[in-house]
Amino acid sequence: MTEKSIETLPVTNENCATCPVHNAANLKKLGLNLENTDYVVALAGNPNVGKSTVFNALTGLKQHTGNWPGKTVTRAEGAYEYAEKNYKIVDLPGTYSLLATSLDEEVARNFILFGQPDVTIVVVDASRLERNLNLVLQILEITDRVVVCLNLIDEAERHGLTVDDRRLSRDLGVPVVPTSARFGIGMEDLLAAVHEVATEQIKNKPYQIESEPTEIKFAVNELVKQITSIYPDLPNPRWVALRLLDGDQEIISAVQNGEINGLVQAGVEEDKRIEFLEVTN
Amino acid sequence: MSKESKISPNDILATAQNLREQVGGEFHQSLVEAIYTDATRIADRAVIRPDSKPRFDLDRTIDKIVTSRIFGFPLMILLFTIVFWLTISGANVPSQMLATLLLDNLYPWLKGVFAAMSIPWWIDGLLLDGMYMATAWVISVMLPPMMIFFPLFTLLEDFGYLPRVAFNLDNVFRKAGAHGKQSLSMMMGFGCNAAGVVATRIIDSPRERLIAIITNNFSLCNGRWPTQILIATVFIGALVPAQIAGLVSALSVVAIAVLGVLFTFAVSWALSKTVLRGEVSTFSLELPPYRPPRVWQTIYTSIIDRTIYVLWRAIVFALPAGAFIWITSNIQISGLSIAEWVMNWLNPVGLVLGLNGVILLAYIVAIPANEIVIPTILMLTVLGSGISGVGGGAGVMFELDSLSATLNIFTAGGWTLLTAVNLMLFSLIHNPCSTTIYTIYKETGSMKWTLISSFLPLIMGFVITFFVAQIWRLVELL
Repeated sequence: MTEKSIETLPVTNENCATCPVHNAANLKKLGLNLENTDYVVALAGNPNVGKSTVFNALTGLKQHTGNWPGKTVTRAEGAYEYAEKNYKIVDLPGTYSLLATSLDEEVARNFILFGQPDVTIVVVDASRLERNLNLVLQILEITDRVVVCLNLIDEAERHGLTVDDRRLSRDLGVPVVPTSARFGIGMEDLLAAVHEVATEQIKNKPYQIESEPTEIKFAVNELVKQITSIYPDLPNPRWVALRLLDGDQEIISAVQNGEINGLVQAGVEEDKRIEFLEVTN
Repeated sequence: MSKESKISPNDILATAQNLREQVGGEFHQSLVEAIYTDATRIADRAVIRPDSKPRFDLDRTIDKIVTSRIFGFPLMILLFTIVFWLTISGANVPSQMLATLLLDNLYPWLKGVFAAMSIPWWIDGLLLDGMYMATAWVISVMLPPMMIFFPLFTLLEDFGYLPRVAFNLDNVFRKAGAHGKQSLSMMMGFGCNAAGVVATRIIDSPRERLIAIITNNFSLCNGRWPTQILIATVFIGALVPAQIAGLVSALSVVAIAVLGVLFTFAVSWALSKTVLRGEVSTFSLELPPYRPPRVWQTIYTSIIDRTIYVLWRAIVFALPAGAFIWITSNIQISGLSIAEWVMNWLNPVGLVLGLNGVILLAYIVAIPANEIVIPTILMLTVLGSGISGVGGGAGVMFELDSLSATLNIFTAGGWTLLTAVNLMLFSLIHNPCSTTIYTIYKETGSMKWTLISSFLPLIMGFVITFFVAQIWRLVELL
């Protein structure tokens, strides 16, 4: 119906290109058409916060959604066009932490860490903000190109909660967009924020964890220096340092035999262990 | 080249090792704590709660009770006792109805049809007395409890109770050096160990996951409940006055189940102190909101997904097992059937363990499915002790209508209270069934761990029954 006429809405003057209304109307859901991608967007978040709903709203795909944590165990990919740029969006399995090592969480972790998405949308449950922020803070430690999608604001309101998104945005140092993906609320703002971060119109100043004991800070910095001197191309030396301090055998041997660079590749390729997850059920 | 580039990967690791010692073992914990502290502070500033005094919150109130230090465990045991009690008592009537239909009516009718068609005795025997009887028995014994147990269990799951159980048990499992979520896979194991092994995927670290896989066998599975219940009813129940016989035998089954949980803790602890040493990982377990369970949907999906699946598996294994029993008890070598030869050969070992050759042979036959242990034991006992007038002849699996008839067979086979107790213990502690073993192999991808998971409980079973038998006999002498 009207959608078609909106899609072909001509750019009448220069301001149109930056006007959110014009661009939102120009959202083209590209579904599985993944060709000519300009930017890669990762969709991360705790289990059961509505990542797949956001994914479906943006791509027009019908990823199966469900009301339980752990529904998505592999990544799903889709595409959309916004402001004349093609975006590939990757829906990741829910994860509580980047420090965990369960199989499904590893898929998400590897992609955020080593897949080097242009923007990472962290979907958080507005009614369980505190718990969700744990993951946000961990992601902010390793990448500054983050947009926080404050989802389920309708549910939060029902519980009598109001979240001050501007305050939150100031504290976290990244854009925070309140949404209710199920009802399509806030999707335009989300697209605009992602676009601005992707095109570097906004420079984020991500929050860094303060409460870390000083000896940990010192230890991490010391290690990061050494790691970058050997592996200068490693996207996330800080995370590697944390894993080394934690005594993660996998990372220790990866550093030893130089396979740590290979992990960068592993994040991009389809994780082989996914097959393992899909064998039964 | 600058000086910096002379650092080798091993230098990094050495530095890391050094720094790790400086930071201390609490590294992970304090890092997670730091993140939580900051998250709390930021969240507190951003979230506005209009009514500072929280209204009455049903979820929180329920949580306070079910996860409380005082009521948590008793409530848990009570809830599961209710589930098991409903399963045990509710399954009796449909079980008997199915047995009447399949064994008392359909079986003679099929026999008649075969006779009318003058089919050779050995085809008739193999198909009807072997395969059909085995399958019919498994269906009538397994289907009813599964149709009650699985939906009840799924309802608890749907309601949101299971994460609370994990919350309660987390501490104990941590002390045992295992993962708190192991309680969830253990719960699944009470239905089916193969399902429990698959459920360990929710556990983060490979080390803790292996512990959970190896110890899952100590959760009494569906195939073993019937054995426990029958033996408890026949032997333990008979020790006390009739009024309390039911209660006492039910309690002895619960005791065996609790013993299994204790073994889970003990073996987890031993593994984490020896071959699977390592740090206990922190985990955050979301306590989902309580939701009114969708009753019909739950019943439907649990019947389709679980009941039919498990039943199908049992039937697939019962068919060849039935054929096997029939063949071994009908082929004679120098006057004795193969089954009798093997039983006689196993008997000395069995007696040392406080069991007997029949039981050991039954457990070999029942490797594919524990469900067929009792019918195999009964059939083989009749065969060995030469009782006549019961059952349908050599190699026929059957169920005896009255408990006293069952008891008579056992006593004729030389059974004592010790045999019964040790059978219950051995049923709890022995190798997993072949499906579980295969699942373990698929999940771990390691022959070594598969073998360990299979033989560790078997050896433990031998050792424990051996000591129980020796001590029992010593006490009897006094």
